[in-house]
Amino acid sequence: MKNLMVLVTVALMGLAANPIKNGYEVGDVVTDFKLKNVDGKTVSLGDFKEAKGFIVIFDCNTCPMSRAYNSRIIALNKMYATQGFPVVLINPNAAEIAAEESFDEMKAHAKAHGYDFPYLYDESQETVRKFNPTNTPHTFVLNKTADGLKVAYIGAIDNNSRNGSKATKHFVDEAVNELLAGKQVTVTKTRAIGCSVKLKNS
Amino acid sequence: MKFKILLFTLITLPFVLCGQDLIRLSDLQKEIRAPGSVKVINFWATWCAPCVKELPFFEKVNQDNKDVQVLLISMDYDLDPNPEKVKKFIDRKKIKSKVVILAEENPNDWIDKIDKNWTGALPSTLIINPTSGKRKLVQGELKEGELEKLIDEISK
Repeated sequence: MKNLMVLVTVALMGLAANPIKNGYEVGDVVTDFKLKNVDGKTVSLGDFKEAKGFIVIFDCNTCPMSRAYNSRIIALNKMYATQGFPVVLINPNAAEIAAEESFDEMKAHAKAHGYDFPYLYDESQETVRKFNPTNTPHTFVLNKTADGLKVAYIGAIDNNSRNGSKATKHFVDEAVNELLAGKQVTVTKTRAIGCSVKLKNS
Repeated sequence: MKFKILLFTLITLPFVLCGQDLIRLSDLQKEIRAPGSVKVINFWATWCAPCVKELPFFEKVNQDNKDVQVLLISMDYDLDPNPEKVKKFIDRKKIKSKVVILAEENPNDWIDKIDKNWTGALPSTLIINPTSGKRKLVQGELKEGELEKLIDEISK
């Protein structure tokens, strides 16, 4: 009983010290994670020693909006991995809520689309809750700084879900290009129509 | 005068022919602000499985609660501007609530104009009491019975 009281007190203190935030905002330093990749290996951002930053995209197997962006995500990695900004995909959906988002389905999806970048499974959803993506696909561009990996952009890939070649704004490209040029990112936050993220117990 | 009628007909013809109303953002904003009864405005798409799953909740309110105005806003335009798919879906599912298609490009320019807290995730539901000014935005799927509770809360 006494132990329980201590535990509750510690938990409450923890809450007071860390007011609940709605996920990372632009400028925040992100904590690294260790997540299982579709190839069975574990991936951390720290593994990419040469990276100047990352294009972290919360994406899933089934969302039609994600499907519309599939080839554009592959193209982003092709364009920027060699320049120091590799794509890292994380599935934010709980397989308990949507069976077609299971690890096995993710493996099949990555294989079918020829992903040559990590597609990570977050079983505990701890990382997902820290980033708090709201819809798929949802991009976080991270920039490596002396303070750590800082969020430089949050939002959509471009402004035309239907047809990337008709997009007039390529938000992620523009953000990464600005970072590569040593500039501040101009447009740091955008919104898009997408599939809501399916979290456990929510 | 005749010319005006002709012009009006020509402009509205595509909307009438497609059988499903297309709405512009400015008109949707007017609709959101308009005085009258409590409104339930649901943002959905034919491609969104959780949206389709919860449509019966809105249909039930539309049928049972005449004091509430139900409006289903299709967000299909973003992926497919052809209203035919939405029209067929409405026919097949025998949807009785009012359905309109929001016909706007570039969602980043207007998502926050519908509700400043809206992330753009589907489904999302806005419940508004124009008399008291109370409003509530629910992002994500509604649970059974949740909509009725929210309507009660906003109606007070």
